Amino acid sequence: MTTVARRKTPKTRREASAPRAARRPGRAFSGSPGEPGRIGWLYTLPALLVYGAFLLWPLARGAQFSLYHWDGLGEATWAGFSNYTATWSDPSLRGAFGHLLVLVLFYSVLPCCIAFVLVGAMSRTKIRGLTFFRTVLFLPQVVAMVAVAVAWQWVYSADGPVNTVLGWLHALGLPDWRRGWFGDFTFALPAVGAVGTWVGIGLAMVLFLAGVQKIPRELYEAARIDGAGPVREFFAVTLPGLRRELAVALTLTTIMAIRNFDLIYMATAGGPGNATKVPAYEVYNRTFNTGEVGLGCAIGVTLAVLAFAVTAGVRRLVEGKDA
Amino acid sequence: MPTLTRRGAAAAVAALATMLAAACAPGSSGDEPESKAPAAVSTDVAKAGNVTLTVWDQEVQGGQKKQIEELNKRFEAKYPNVKIKRVSRSFSDLQKTLRLALSGGSPPDVVEANQGYASMAQYVKAGMLLPLDSYDQVYGWRKRYPKGLTDLNSVTKDGKLIGSGSLYGVSLNGEIVGLYYNKEKLAKLGVQPPKSWAEFDQALATAKGKGEVPIAFGNLEKLPAMQLYGILQDGAADKEAVRKLVFGSGGSWTDAPNVQAAQKLADWSKKGYFTKDANAVKWDDTPVNFAKGDGVFMFGGTWWASELNDKMKEKVGFMAPPPAQAGSPSATMGGESLPWSITSKSKNPDVAAAYINFITSPEAMDVSVETGNLPALAAPSKQPAEPLLKEVSTAWAELSKNDGITPYLDYATPTFTDAFGGPLQELIAGRKPADEVMKAAQDDYSAFQKKK
Repeated sequence: MTTVARRKTPKTRREASAPRAARRPGRAFSGSPGEPGRIGWLYTLPALLVYGAFLLWPLARGAQFSLYHWDGLGEATWAGFSNYTATWSDPSLRGAFGHLLVLVLFYSVLPCCIAFVLVGAMSRTKIRGLTFFRTVLFLPQVVAMVAVAVAWQWVYSADGPVNTVLGWLHALGLPDWRRGWFGDFTFALPAVGAVGTWVGIGLAMVLFLAGVQKIPRELYEAARIDGAGPVREFFAVTLPGLRRELAVALTLTTIMAIRNFDLIYMATAGGPGNATKVPAYEVYNRTFNTGEVGLGCAIGVTLAVLAFAVTAGVRRLVEGKDA
Repeated sequence: MPTLTRRGAAAAVAALATMLAAACAPGSSGDEPESKAPAAVSTDVAKAGNVTLTVWDQEVQGGQKKQIEELNKRFEAKYPNVKIKRVSRSFSDLQKTLRLALSGGSPPDVVEANQGYASMAQYVKAGMLLPLDSYDQVYGWRKRYPKGLTDLNSVTKDGKLIGSGSLYGVSLNGEIVGLYYNKEKLAKLGVQPPKSWAEFDQALATAKGKGEVPIAFGNLEKLPAMQLYGILQDGAADKEAVRKLVFGSGGSWTDAPNVQAAQKLADWSKKGYFTKDANAVKWDDTPVNFAKGDGVFMFGGTWWASELNDKMKEKVGFMAPPPAQAGSPSATMGGESLPWSITSKSKNPDVAAAYINFITSPEAMDVSVETGNLPALAAPSKQPAEPLLKEVSTAWAELSKNDGITPYLDYATPTFTDAFGGPLQELIAGRKPADEVMKAAQDDYSAFQKKK
């Protein structure tokens, strides 16, 4: 706004001769060019109101509820930080946070690694129908998680495709690995994780593919002239060039792991036993099923803090301090 | 840009602080309803003027849906000044949303609140439901229903004891968990429907030996195992002891008969009597698998009867679980469908009470039979036509006569499904012995009793 006004010199001159009062609003625009003045807040006000009403307000109330013992119906009693200590002292809740760590591996680390391999392959050789593969790999991102859960329930079921294939392998002389995956105490959590990996790969890959196109071709040519093989080339050129994309991918997928509720809710409901309990599911379970609203909110707040910490941490770690 | 971010953050923190200061403690908003009982009761619905009655129910499945739609239609025809606004949700969705709705400013007039300490008792304690005693004096529900059934819908004002105190709801349908069996398969195996637990064990072994799945069972949700355990418990323990235990007035989950029942469940699982990987199979898939022919027997509620009747016709039979000794009366879990209750903030409690009276009247029992359901009280002029529904109705009548119905175990504590159902999954997977599982149940139970 300021620059436009200044360029119109005749208008400015006219303003100069105008009474002082008329010039007052102009002061809001003072300061360095491009820096929004106080008036800028007015433009953000509608968005800020919505943000405040639907995000900050619930967050604040949630934080407040977490300091009470409340069954969601009657009178609440002050709890101090006991809900937070319960979050760590209750073995089933501590276990849930442990499961979260495992799931971060499956939801975040594994998809990024696999996506790197795919992108490495795709960027080195020309593949026919690349768009097709890209679309297919991205597809899980588009499907609602609830639908994903239902589909995988079938995939993992006793007579589903996974067990059918394992049955063939067994017929070929391998040990019998068939089982009801979501109902198996040892394998339910990795089985849930594998679904997360499947969903996450597409997102990571699309991000990386976009990033690779930004890397100057000359760098690859230089690397090849210097005699770098595919592995050297990847670590010397591709990986450094994708740092920002990696940060975004890690952040998004980790947060996906942290707020992983729908998949657990639909596929396993935390079972068998407590084998696939995750904090996000417990937030819901404690708040709406067992009438421990305070505890549910405490877990929720803990998760929010965790998500913030992860976001900040990943940016530091991957992008460096300048980010 | 950085300055903007920082300023934004500062503003957000300031806003949060103000909001927190302005917010009052949860649940103390001052508009808490008193559990007032109306001074004068009016049964004259026609005089109430134009009324819209909001009703929240969970009658979404085939026969149940038909039944309530028909009853609502008849009620509106009888009282043209009343309009019923029906909101129906699935059982679990209703459980979750009801809590929020009741604590809100304008809850529905009539709701189906589940029995047990997790639902009805908590609502009563918070003063959200209207005690129905003064209406009962006019409509005589306690006289119409057997004591066992009205007890299930009664709670003391402090929410501490189910089975005494005021009446807070009336139910329309009856329900029991019984034993379905595939008649065709039994004939092929040369086995008769079992008359005792010993005969049943024999039948299971025979079925297993001939390569059949003896019991169709899906336990992904943890709750099914609690029902199966409950049936075994009813076979091992005294029914009065079970009732006392569930309602929190005596006994322990680690008592010998209760551990025995868990041991039996573990044994069955070890012998391979259940659907393979039962912990990975959904509850809703159990009757589907059974109807497809996977399973000779299946334990399940009467709420599945109308669906199974449609799918299997004369191939399926139903009976109460066998008694310990042949000829003696059996016992099983069950009772009645979700009770219809009036919320304490309802503006038309008189009309709501008349509605509840209408949908639990003898006429309503007839409608229940017509739509393939099991009415809580004998229908005056209708009989089920289909053989399966007849068997269901016979089993219900028999159990009612012998006072053989015990409460569902998840009534025991608000956290019981997780605290007992989870360990039961481990029992079925062979990861935990029976005594440890029962100790886990007892730990949760005694913690709740202390808190109550």
